[in-house]
Amino acid sequence: MRPFTYTRAKDVAAAVTDIRANSEARFIAGGTNLLDLMKIDVMKPRHLVDITRLALDTIEETDEGGLRLGALVTNADTAYHEQVEKRYPLLSHAILAGATAQLRNKATDAGNLLQRTRCYYFYDTDTACNKREPGTGCSAISGYNRNHAILGHSEHCIATHPSDMAVGLAALDARILVTGPQGERMLPISDLHRLPGNTPEKDTNLGENEIITAIELPPQGFAQHFTYLKNRDRASYAFALVSVAAGLEIEGGVIREARIALGGVAHKPWRRPEAEAMLRGKKASRENFQPVADAYVQGAKGFEHNTFKIELARRSIVRALMTAAKIEE
Amino acid sequence: MEKNTTASVSKEKISLTINGTEQQLEVEVWTTLLDLLREHLQLTGTKKGCDQGQCGACTILLDGNRINSCLSLAVMHDGSEITTIEGLAQGDELHPVQQAFIDHDAFQCGYCTPGQICSTIGLIKEGKAKTVDDIRDLMSGNICRCGAYSNIVKVVQEALERSQQA
Ligand SMILES: Cc1cc2nc3c(=O)[nH]c(=O)nc-3n(C[C@H](O)[C@H](O)[C@H](O)COP(=O)(O)OP(=O)(O)OC[C@H]3O[C@@H](n4cnc5c(N)ncnc54)[C@H](O)[C@@H]3O)c2cc1C
Ligand code: SF4
Ligand code: FES
Ligand code: FES
Repeated sequence: MRPFTYTRAKDVAAAVTDIRANSEARFIAGGTNLLDLMKIDVMKPRHLVDITRLALDTIEETDEGGLRLGALVTNADTAYHEQVEKRYPLLSHAILAGATAQLRNKATDAGNLLQRTRCYYFYDTDTACNKREPGTGCSAISGYNRNHAILGHSEHCIATHPSDMAVGLAALDARILVTGPQGERMLPISDLHRLPGNTPEKDTNLGENEIITAIELPPQGFAQHFTYLKNRDRASYAFALVSVAAGLEIEGGVIREARIALGGVAHKPWRRPEAEAMLRGKKASRENFQPVADAYVQGAKGFEHNTFKIELARRSIVRALMTAAKIEE
Repeated sequence: MEKNTTASVSKEKISLTINGTEQQLEVEVWTTLLDLLREHLQLTGTKKGCDQGQCGACTILLDGNRINSCLSLAVMHDGSEITTIEGLAQGDELHPVQQAFIDHDAFQCGYCTPGQICSTIGLIKEGKAKTVDDIRDLMSGNICRCGAYSNIVKVVQEALERSQQA
């Protein structure tokens, strides 16, 4: 690893001051993604601001009846938290579908959302990659692109976001609390990550000096009807090829509300609210799920090695909704 | 540089309790816990497989929780307690999980074994594994390239049952 300097922040204000005061500085939390990338020279910060001593490591009730997850709560403590398991099992399942027990003990909730793509070329400093080095080109478009995007990609980057937790949070309409030099702000999870466009080096809409302080879960947790379906090359400990987080609110067999978020298909968790709305007032059934799945992959475009994902996504959506609705065939 | 900032350092004095002994150490801030153990303290029982969080050979217990020491900076864990494979036996008496690995022949070359043992102890403490499938899933962060998995799963299962009776 290249040498760098280090400060340990005492509070959020100090963390924001430290990140501004040092050039090419980064926050470090669990370190499970950042250190990995620093060892292979993909990320080369000259200064690290250790935020693990900030008092952001608790899970609390919010006034509106939801939960606030501190940015530094570990993935393991979140997934196994009694209230999360009971009220937001979809989130527990999504987190536990990712990484390993050791990593989840260290990984933090904010760090998880800000982990970087697993595009092979991004990791390989001998190849061209617009995300790693803007302007060098994208090796994946005409290379091996099995784990790449089918939706929302650009001619500059076809990477996917690898987080399982983010997909669960997208389905739950979570909100991200951020503090920066200008003060605090809140953004919906749908605005946290972005599409690559002309600037694939930017994964998110966070400012350079902004720190995530918490994640808020609205009261509706879809605890009765939910699923997190993760398709991958191994049964455990592999990133998603296509994943689906589904939550349904069903009353007397009729769907009141439906949420569907896809992982492994785009540069951000993929939602299509207008397609979800097709299910409102409908009976939960395969016939009604199929058109929604078709709508989700509308406009999808695959590359040489990942076109299979389009059909996989369509089928996974139907299966996830069937599971969430507890329909057996 | 702006006022009010904390002084940046590239070396720092930290205190770690390693296998029951408190130690004052001066570390370069980029030193991982794994390199600190192996290179600076000659505790080479903890292994370096991939150095990237993928194999679990470097698993140690940090304040009782299993983690990958290769993806942890020593400086970030000032004040913590660390247990490695060297700290498990009480004198000549092996830790029950160590003994179980021997009794069940749950290794071949042994390279992954210190990590497997620390991981098993962490898994028991977490208390989330109920079935054999759970064990397989929750031990999946420890790769064994010799493929000793079937006996490893048996050991974990037995150690788990024994800990529940105790
Ligand atoms: C072998 C392996 C397998 C994995 N498998 C999966 C998987 O299947 N699914 C999955 O979802 N993940 C997987 N992961 C990724 C893992 O979940 C992430 O590494 C982890 O969640 C990152 O969290 P962290 O706290 O360690 O982040 P760090 O490495 O500390 O930080 C990551 C990034 O976030 C920034 N950051 C951290 N906290 C904040 C904050 N509060 N505010 C602003 N910026 C911040 C850092 O500056 C850094 O850029 C895997 C990782 C490994 C090594
Ligand atoms: S897909 Fe994106 S991350 Fe991968 S090589 Fe192309 S530009 Fe880089
Ligand atoms: S050496 Fe740490 S996980 Fe492989
Ligand atoms: S016993 Fe050889 S790697 Fe596991």
